[in-house]
Parts: sequence; structure tokens; C-alpha cells
Amino acid sequence: MAMTAFAIIRLRNLFAVVMLSGIFSLLAASLYVLLTAVDVAFTEASVGAGISTLLMLATLAITSEYEKKSERSTLLPKIIVTVTGAVLIYGTLDMPLYGAADAPSNLHLIPRFILQSGTEIGVPNIVTSVLASYRGYDTLGETVVIFTAAIGVLVLLGRGRNRWRPGMRKPVVPEEREEEV
Amino acid sequence: MNNHSILRVVSKFMIPFIMLFALYVQFHGDFGPGGGFQAGVIFAAAFILYGLIFGIENARKVLPASATRIALACGVILYAGVGVAGMFLGGNYLDYNVLAATATGGQHLGIFLVEFGVGTTVAATMVTIFFVFAGQDF
Amino acid sequence: MELPVEIPGLLNYWIVIVLMMAGFYVVISQGNLVKKMVGLSVFQVAVFVLYITMSKIDGGAAPILDDAIKQYSNPLPHVLILTAIVVGVATTALGLALIVRIRDAYGTIEEDEIIELERNDD
Repeated sequence: MAMTAFAIIRLRNLFAVVMLSGIFSLLAASLYVLLTAVDVAFTEASVGAGISTLLMLATLAITSEYEKKSERSTLLPKIIVTVTGAVLIYGTLDMPLYGAADAPSNLHLIPRFILQSGTEIGVPNIVTSVLASYRGYDTLGETVVIFTAAIGVLVLLGRGRNRWRPGMRKPVVPEEREEEV
Repeated sequence: MNNHSILRVVSKFMIPFIMLFALYVQFHGDFGPGGGFQAGVIFAAAFILYGLIFGIENARKVLPASATRIALACGVILYAGVGVAGMFLGGNYLDYNVLAATATGGQHLGIFLVEFGVGTTVAATMVTIFFVFAGQDF
Repeated sequence: MELPVEIPGLLNYWIVIVLMMAGFYVVISQGNLVKKMVGLSVFQVAVFVLYITMSKIDGGAAPILDDAIKQYSNPLPHVLILTAIVVGVATTALGLALIVRIRDAYGTIEEDEIIELERNDD
């Protein structure tokens, strides 16, 4: 996974970058299966590796396939990233170990979900019962977020996208711009 | 893509099974991995595949823009409506226990309806976004 | 602090941090807007992996109830990340839609060129 991430940084061909991000998602999905998060793996494989790669490809078809070489210095971002990473690694030294059953995040509320959701909800898949019942408000919120995102995309790219309206910047056609430069 | 006869035949063969699998994921989510979010995406993938292979115009004939818009809103309304129904039947908002005679029966019904609402919205969202990006959403 | 003992237990966090920083680097150093979106989604996946590794318990099975199983993984992070993935793709789509609009208005998706165009306007 890390190799894929670094390849994403280096490559300039955006088509390859998008394909690599799909591979990255698929690797993440197989990692989730190993970590016994089957529902999450299922979602990641269908959403991350499928739909989001497709959307990025659609964007590339509309825009351009190659990235231009940037003249900006990469030194400052590299320093920022290294410092942030070092601080975060320092922060992990106090974190609970991998797989520890007594980690704080595994103690509060979770035993109740595991022990009682079978009798309270009667649904074997705990993820489903937590998702739809115990955290019903949360999921309602998520659904509304998705709904809003769809409305936003429709507003941005829907009907009458190319019509120029007062107050908008005058559209620049790429060919014209090339001549100006 | 009109010349690729293998793609056309195979995708025609695949699409019903993709939809069937989406419905299985949707309604089997109580017992195994799956649920509204995944099922919605898989269901949308069937339409997206159709759109890719047979052209967006044909896909729009199968599924007009108004249909996806209505489905988009219906999913959210169904979810919120289940909550309101719980209130009318004497419980709290999104309290499924009162929906049926027994508490677990009510929970089953509530989760079923809520997941269906989620699935509808997610499927409609994904189809809408894809068609908008493909530039044929009029 | 006995580091040699802690290394295997904390390796998962370090992998997450490496991935996260790779995504962060793409976001702050690259000028191409589509590549920035890819960087954001790498960052996002790193956060997902962080949550999912925290939910794993040694010997824990997938959280689907069965009489034969005694130890389950923590289901709550699974729920959070499950919804976060779908919301993530929806917001990514919104970002990509904005990029397409930016291309309509400016004719480019390179940040440097957009800044240049804006400067020439003034």
C-alpha cells in the first residue's frame, strides 16, 4: 500500500495515478478483510475501488490527462510533512497496542452491543444493528449528507452548465488561452 | 462502444445478476455482511455498466432523470418517515420497538425499512453523479 | 520506555502515519487539482485504516453473532467507517464537480496557472 502511495506522488500521468488509487483502495479492502471488518471491506471494494475510480476517470475525460510540471519548491512541503509525521509518531508511543482487548475504545459501550444486541434487536450482524438502530440518527445524517452531495453535483454540473450568466467569469476556452500565452 | 459485441452480450447477461446480487446484499444485510450502503452502490453499478456499454442516451431512456431525482428524495423521506411513524405510534423518534407487536419484530421492520431508504438514496446518488459527469443529465 | 517491546504493537499506527503523510504531501505540494483529490482520498483511507486497526482484537471474529464465537472485533468503528466511506465518495464527487467547473471557467486545472490568470485580471 505504501508503495502505491509513493507511486502516486511520483507519477505525472494522471490516468496512471487514478488507476493506482483504485489499486490502493482494493489493497485497503483486502486489509479490512484481514482485520475482520467484513462490512467495511465490502463497502471499500465497491465504493472506493469501483465508483470513485470511475468518477475520477470521468473527470479526466472532461479535463486533461497529464499533469504539468510545477516550478514550486518541494522543500517546504517535505519539511512540513516530516515534522508532522514525527510529531504523530511521538504521539503514538502512548497508544494501546495492536489487538489489545482492554484498549479504552473497546471497553465503553461495546460489551453491551455485543452481549445484548442479539436479544434487543434480534439481528445477528452487529454492524447492521448498530448502524440502523442504536446509531439511527447518525445514519440518517449520513444519508442526508449523501443526498446533499448529489444535489450539489447537480447544481454545479447539471442543466445549463455552459451558459454564461452575469457576474460569472467569462469562460476561457483552452485553445484561445494557448494563443494568448 | 457499439462495436464490441462481446462486451455487449456479456454485459447484457451480467446486469440482471448484478441487480439480483444487490437485492441479496440489501435484504440479507441483517444476517451477513451487507446493507443499504453497499447494495445501493452495487445496484447503481448495474446502471452505470449499462450506460458505459450502450451509451448514456440509451441508459437515460431506461432510467429517466426525473426517476433518479424522485428516488433520491424518496430514500431520505422513507428513512425520516420511519422515525416519524415511531413517534406517532407512541415511541421516540427512530424508536423501532413500537412498529410491530413485539420489540424485536419492530426492530426487524424498522431496520428493513431504514436500510431500504439508505439503499435507494445511495443508488440514486451514484447514478445521478455518474450521469451528470458523463454530461447527459438533461 | 522499552521500545523493542513496543515496536510490533505500534507498527499499525506507524504505517497509518506514513500513508497519511503521503496523502498530505500530495495535497500540499502538487499543483494539479485532480491529483490533490487523489491525495485527499489517500489521506482518507489512512484514517479508515487507523480506525479499523483500533477495532481489531486478538482472536476476535467478524462481528456477526454466532453461538460458537466468544470474542468479536469492536463493531462500532466498522459502522463509523462504513458510512464514512460512502460519504467520502459523495464528497469526492462534489470536489471533482468543482474541478470540472474550474476548468470551465479558467481552462486549466493547474493551481499555479489559475493564480497566474487571476493576477493578470487585476
